[in-house]
This record gives sequence, structure tokens and C-alpha cells, in this order.
Amino acid sequence: MSRIAETFARCREQGRAALVTFVTAGDPAPAATGAILDALVAGGADVIELGMPFTDPMADGPAIQLANIRSLGAGTTTADILAIVREFRSRHADVPLVLMGYANPMVRRGADWFAEAAADAGVDGVICVDIPPEEDDSLGVALRARGIAPIRLATPTTDVARLPAVLDGAGGFLYYVSVAGITGKQQAAQASIDAAVARLKQSTDLPIAVGFGVRTPEQAAAIGGVADGVVVGSAIVEIVGVHGTAAAEPVRTYIQSLAAGLASARKELA
Amino acid sequence: MNAPNTFRAQPDERGHFGQFGGRYVAETLMPLILDLEREYRAAKADPAFQAQFDDLLEHYVGRPSPLYYAERLTETLRESAAPGMGAQIWFKRDELNHTGAHKINNCIGQILLAMRMGKTRIIAETGAGQHGVATATVCARFGLPCTIFMGAKDVERQQPNVFRMKLLGAEVRPVASGAATLKDAMNEALRDWVANVHDTFYIIGTAAGPHPYPELVRDFQSVIGREARAQMLSRINRLPDLLVAAIGGGSNAIGLFHPFLDDADVAMLGIEAAGHGLDKQHAASLAGGAPGILHGNKTYLLQDEDGQIAEAHSISAGLDYPGIGPEHSWLHEIGRVKYEAVTDVEALDAFQLLCRTEGIIPALEPSHAIAAVSRKAREMREDQIILANLCGRGDKDIFTVAAALGVAI
Repeated sequence: MSRIAETFARCREQGRAALVTFVTAGDPAPAATGAILDALVAGGADVIELGMPFTDPMADGPAIQLANIRSLGAGTTTADILAIVREFRSRHADVPLVLMGYANPMVRRGADWFAEAAADAGVDGVICVDIPPEEDDSLGVALRARGIAPIRLATPTTDVARLPAVLDGAGGFLYYVSVAGITGKQQAAQASIDAAVARLKQSTDLPIAVGFGVRTPEQAAAIGGVADGVVVGSAIVEIVGVHGTAAAEPVRTYIQSLAAGLASARKELA
Repeated sequence: MNAPNTFRAQPDERGHFGQFGGRYVAETLMPLILDLEREYRAAKADPAFQAQFDDLLEHYVGRPSPLYYAERLTETLRESAAPGMGAQIWFKRDELNHTGAHKINNCIGQILLAMRMGKTRIIAETGAGQHGVATATVCARFGLPCTIFMGAKDVERQQPNVFRMKLLGAEVRPVASGAATLKDAMNEALRDWVANVHDTFYIIGTAAGPHPYPELVRDFQSVIGREARAQMLSRINRLPDLLVAAIGGGSNAIGLFHPFLDDADVAMLGIEAAGHGLDKQHAASLAGGAPGILHGNKTYLLQDEDGQIAEAHSISAGLDYPGIGPEHSWLHEIGRVKYEAVTDVEALDAFQLLCRTEGIIPALEPSHAIAAVSRKAREMREDQIILANLCGRGDKDIFTVAAALGVAI
């Protein structure tokens, strides 16, 4: 079983949703990311999403745009990101890590090169914002060949007719983007999340993680009541933005509050 | 590589021009993109849609635009050419369109599509402001609210067009991220679109972006080449030897070129912006870039070894973009169209040359094409013909040109 599947299975046994946390690699500097990732794990994160910075993050709101600018301003390269993953993997053998970002930095040296390098570094999954299932041969084929899960996104606009195409070739977990919009802005109404998760569960056995606009332990707990995972990104990235190289401790404290929220929403064991 | 039977059958059903093009967008936008494609196929097959498009082009835009023999420019260039050399120079006068550029052709087509799809709000990006003005114009004409995203740097250097858009009732949103130019305006327009998919139509200004945009923008702009081809045949009963057009995203160029692509004896030259020089900062994606994925399509991009997008530079805001439409990348790769680059300085010289020889103030974008025409005309015989697309007029650029020439106005 993969690290991602094992993690979701363990959380399910514990009767809670997995906490999936996002930070941008190299923000505020490549040397600072390792400590921030350790703080995520120490605070109770179950899955790490490591953002690959890009000059043109067109699906991201202001918080993650600024994180991209800080990271690239600090000179973060693809080699730096892979080194961050490799070092994380040496410290945390069992914590799944997925890379998240945009197509161009991923395919620049060829999809095969990227898949190989990511697999060697210890990456478990890849979320590519701007490669939809229709363009799967640009990256997904290479990822699956190296045992990396191509994690697909479903959104409020993904209707029943389209969902099978999204699920075809998907791996790891299904990331439900709960609002039609960019990261970190508004939060979806809980009722719409409940309905969407119920609908998605009818079509797939993949764990379903819900993200976009999640900030408070209460929101996380409410989503954790129905979904298999809760994704938090912009709120963490904002803490990094405020505290810079001293962000590890405040990040850990914040993650602990989210983890406590999820634990409080323990579900009946299935 | 064997030449295909036709160069006019692209893209394939997935929107690919060879390895280029495609639909590289966030999942939120995919259903809308697929919807747009269905609606475009239906519109293309609908005589009523075509009739409305043609009627607006004739009576609102002022088409057909003239085909003009630039006699004094031709003579002037012959003075410095070898005996018997110096091709005849003809212009397709799309700068005489309503709103002053070719951009309106595409906007008419797209707003008709938007209304067909029941969308009630329009967004667009703009560089020089020509596409923004054209979009604001059609929105006023059809009574739809409109938001134009424009790089803050472009807002500053294109004030007359910013004011025009506001007069036409558009909201102009300056975009301060990145280099604050066209690429950043496009990022922000995409962010708005993804949050407002239910009611908003994105009128993309060039033959780029996710499929079907490169195809439909090309089709709407192909009126330029279809008219020019018929006008050439009726005026002098022959086709030109060389077509020349400037390229940012490349919509005026593909509009001129596409109807001629299967005319084997017609050579074509696309002109990218070499900015300060190809060894310095420029906007020539084919000359100085590599294939990559940005803004919905795979195409040549200015980028570093990690795939980070480089900042482009051109004196012309309309060419100041680090990518190019995917069909041009394909035509470049198969060799059907040649691409060269022209610097800021060469474009400024050509701008002044056309003002003084023909009494036409061109935009800085086609000034790049005119610079290339000057170069090529002297290498061609007197009986040969160059047809260049004069895709925009220069009223909007007089402040930029004055500043570049050190003149205070």
C-alpha cells in the first residue's frame, strides 16, 4: 500500500479526517522550508503538499501569489525543491508528500525526467493545476509509470457527466476544490460541501480531500465530519509570510489547533 | 518532414496544432471550455450567426478594409536598392477599422458567441489597449458590462486607450503583479474568470489560450486574409510573393496568413519584437524561447531552465508578451512560415518612414512589420509584391514615440 493510502486508512481507523497542509517550497528561502515542513508534521499534519513556485500562479489568490514571489526572489530552483523533498523523506519515512504546482516547471525538462526525479526524491503524488485529464499524456502517463499518484481536482463545475473523465487515471486522493475561484478567498457553504462529497463518494473509492478557503479549526472540523481529508493552504502560507524564517513555531501551533479541531469531529467507525 | 496535403486543417479535435495548443486550464474552467467549443461548432454551422457577423463587419466595423499600393514607400526603398530591385509594397489597411485596429474583428465574433451562450458579463485582458478598446466597444454596442484587465505599466504608457475604454463604459482594472504588463493582465483575467464562470465570458484578444480560442480567433481574423486574397486577384490578377505581419500573440498575422497557407508560391514572414536586441531583453518567443505551457496552451515561451517565465520587453505594448499563439509555433516548426525579429529602434525608424512617405501614422506593432518590409523589399525584384498587414493606427502611440525620440509634448 502506498504512503498516501496507508495514511488515509490510518486516519479512517482513528475515526477522523486527514489533515492535508500546503506550503510553498523555498518560502521564504530554500533553507527555511525543512523546518517549516517539520513543524507541519509536529503539529499533526498527515499529508504534506509542497508547492512548486511559479512566476504565473494564475489559480492562486494573493497569499500564495506572494509566497511564489518570495520563493522565486530567494532563488528557489527545481533542484532546490527536489533536495527539500529528499531531506524531508530522510527525516519522515512514512509521511506522504505531494508536489503541487503548474505545468510548465514540471514539464520543462520533459515529463519523464520530472517523474523520475520526483520518484527518486521520495514524492508520493503530484497535483498539477493546469493539466486537466484531457492533456493527461503531458504528465500523468509518466507519473503513473514511476509509481507517483496523479492527484486530480474536482470542482463545483465538474458535473456528473464529466466526473468519470476526471477519475480515469486518478490516484492518491481526489482533491475537491470547494469553490469556483482562486485559493484563499471565500469559503464554500458547508451544505454544498456535504452534498458534493456525498456525490463524489458514489463515484470513487479514492479518499476525498476538501480544500479552498479553509482557515479555522471549526471549519476544518465541519468538513472533517464528511470528507476523508481537509486541505489548508493560504492560512499557513500567510503565517510564513508574517514570520519568515521564524515561522516554524507559529506554524506548528496553528497546525495543532487544526488537528485538535479534526480530532474533536471524530466520526463513527465505519 | 513530409509536407501535409493542406496547412489549413489544424487543429485536431483536441485542439492540437502538431505538438502545440491544447487545453491546459484548471478543472473549474474545463466544462466551460468544452461548452464554448460545442457552441462555436454550432455557430459556425449556423447561417444566421455568419450573416450577423458579416453584417456587423460591413456596417459597424467598415469592412472590407482597403488594399493599398504604397507607391511612395516603394519608390523610396528602391532608391537604396540595386537596379531592378525593390518589390512593390501593398498594405492591407486594417488600421482603418472602427476602433483603429484588427482587434475588433475578433471581438464582434466573440461577443456574438457570448450572447449565444447566455453569458451576461464580459472580461478581457489588454496590452496596448487596442483589444481592450475593441472589447469595450462591442460591450457598449450590445449592452453588456465589461471589465478590462491591464498591466499597471501598460495603463501608464497607454493613457489614451485607458480613457477610451472608460468613455465606452468599461471598468479598467490595473494589474500590479509581475512586470505589470500583458502576461500579468492575462493571469488576473483568468483568476476573475475562474471565480465567475457561471455568468462571465472571457474575450481573449489573440490567437492563443486554451482550445478553441486559437482556432476561433484565427477564424474571425481570417476575414483579413480572405479579403486581401480576393482584392489582390481582382486588382492585379495575381497573388503576392510575400506576406508580412507583426506578431505578439499573432492574431493579425494568422488572420492574414491562414487563407494563403495552401498557396505554395506565397512566402510568409512573421515579425517578432526583438526589443532591445535578441541578446538583451526582448519579446521574440520563437527566436529566443522554447516550447512550454502557459495560459492554456503549449507553445514557444520565453523561460529559464526551470520553466519560470521570463519578462518580455518591447516598445510596443501589444507585442510585449513572452509567448506566441500555438499555430505560429507549429507553422514555425514545419517551416511553412518564416519568423524574424525587429528591434525597438528599427520599428521606430519604420514608424517615421511610413509617416513621411505615405501620410499614414502606423501603430508600433505594424511598425515592426514595416521595418521587415523595408529590409525585404530591397532583396526582391521590382516585379515582385509584398503584402503587409497594417493592423493598427498609431494615434495611441504618439506619446511613447515622442518620449523615445526625446520630444516633449
